[in-house]
Amino acid sequence: MDLGSVFQDAMREAVGVRAAAYALAAVGLNVHFGYTGLLNFGHVGFMMVGAYGTAMTVEHGGPFWLGLLVGVLAAVALGLLLGLPTLRLRADYLAIVTIAVAEILRLTARSNVLEPFTRGVFGITNFADSFYAVNPFSPGRYHVWGTWSYDERTIWVMMVGWSAVIIISLLLLMLMRSPWGRVLRSIREDEDAARSLGKNVFSYKLQSLVLGGVIGAFAGMLLAFDTQAVNPDTYLPILTFYAYAVVILGGPGRIMSPIVGAVIFWFLLEFTDGGLRGAVDAGWFGGILDGAGIGAVRFALVGLGLMLLMIFRPQGIFGNKEEVLLDER
Amino acid sequence: MSADAPPQWLSEVPPQPGVCKPVPILVVSQLRKSFGGLQAVDIDHLEVQRGAITALIGPNGAGKTTLFNVLTGFDRADAGVWNLDDRPVTSLRAHQVARSGMVRTFQLTKALSRMTVLDNMLLAAPGQSGEHFFQALLPGWRRQESANRQRAEILLERFQLDTMRDEFAGSLSGGQRKLLEMARALMAEPSLLMLDEPMAGINPALTDSLLAHIAELRDEGLTVLFVEHDMDVVMDISDWVVVMASGAIIAEGPPAVVGSNPDVVDAYLGRHHGEASHI
Repeated sequence: MDLGSVFQDAMREAVGVRAAAYALAAVGLNVHFGYTGLLNFGHVGFMMVGAYGTAMTVEHGGPFWLGLLVGVLAAVALGLLLGLPTLRLRADYLAIVTIAVAEILRLTARSNVLEPFTRGVFGITNFADSFYAVNPFSPGRYHVWGTWSYDERTIWVMMVGWSAVIIISLLLLMLMRSPWGRVLRSIREDEDAARSLGKNVFSYKLQSLVLGGVIGAFAGMLLAFDTQAVNPDTYLPILTFYAYAVVILGGPGRIMSPIVGAVIFWFLLEFTDGGLRGAVDAGWFGGILDGAGIGAVRFALVGLGLMLLMIFRPQGIFGNKEEVLLDER
Repeated sequence: MSADAPPQWLSEVPPQPGVCKPVPILVVSQLRKSFGGLQAVDIDHLEVQRGAITALIGPNGAGKTTLFNVLTGFDRADAGVWNLDDRPVTSLRAHQVARSGMVRTFQLTKALSRMTVLDNMLLAAPGQSGEHFFQALLPGWRRQESANRQRAEILLERFQLDTMRDEFAGSLSGGQRKLLEMARALMAEPSLLMLDEPMAGINPALTDSLLAHIAELRDEGLTVLFVEHDMDVVMDISDWVVVMASGAIIAEGPPAVVGSNPDVVDAYLGRHHGEASHI
């Protein structure tokens, strides 16, 4: 087994488009969960409306820029729709409603009735041509190191994706260091205390839900541009929980954690995958594990890694141990 | 206000339940609140004198905290009207009540654990432009922030929390959290400070310092309404005492008068405490 190439393949994914998209999704979720304490279990719904908003607009003859706008507005609308009825209630209601709504959205998009609009189970393809038309990279392969390389399309999406991650993170850093961010954190700590000091908790929760949702929509768009395809079955609930894994890996409520979390998440996923594949090919497992079982085993290993992290470093990579222990008092 | 020594104004007020005060800051009428079949609060009339310390006492389950919750918008009344400074606050929501000048603390202290002591204080400052989403992205709020910081530092020093400025509020001791909560409430610039059992769970040494703080605030012109069930604490500090039992106001008056009122003793010890003492 060539560990060097396994490492290079893993690194390619760790800074690749999907890592950027997961980082962006996690940035949005971090606004909800890390800063405001909102339990949004339907983050994938925001990703989906962002991607579908763009794809459907282009598919039905609209310009690409309008598609982006529709995607963002759809996320705003979804945020309001989810938040208005639930944010006055206890935290668990938001969790229940969001996970249900995300599934309803997916099943609706895949239904026969709406096929003229959403193309049902076939999904929509090739809607991001305008995005690739402005690709400044000339065709060819861009080598980083050894087998670690990208084609011109991937490197363009990567550049846009990571730029979005950095710009949005910097904006969030400004917001979270402002009195606005302080109110969000106070709501995470104790919303009754925030109320008793004259803060309109409901309004801030709604703002947080919409802001994080729009960031989630960008993540969905990025994933969709990469594959030039949207399909309802991409947007399974598990995607939300990957985003949670990324946030928790990095440490909730920290600016850097979604970024580093996403990189580590994808590195682990690809490294275990490549490593297991190499080991199977070399016959290390005898007949116990074959190629088909690797997909499952690698997630089990990542899950084990997360468990170990929670046991030995519950605050995540960037978190402050002292801060986590305060909760237990 | 403080020069007029409110306690003397109160000395001419007859000690009767629901009696009118010379200069009331809070006027409550016909307030009812029930939980299912239990009438938790049933008040015909209550006035709180401005610039004085009023204690709200009564046995457990008398409805003191429910009254607090209703007045501050944390719970809805079934009926009733109440005004703060002649402005209606009856139908306001909790944050609007706080902005109108009635700021409360909680029986179980709500320190914002994973925020620093200073952030706890700064949060409470009213009218911050940087709390609006778009203005937060512009530097305009920084000047206001530094003014608020100065005010917070002064309050922290006063409550001997200045050395803890950058610590997480969650790392403070129980008593320090009570102090922080009170300092934080003051940061919100209240006209009426509502303290829900400020002495609960505090060691006796700190109780005296807390009481001294409250008296000092009164002398500076602040109105304080506080819930307490320890009679000794109440006798020392309050200018006026309101006694609740089973949701209703059964007595009010200066501490000495209320302390010797047989109805109050009955409410605390049970109506037939003399006969039941052999059990």
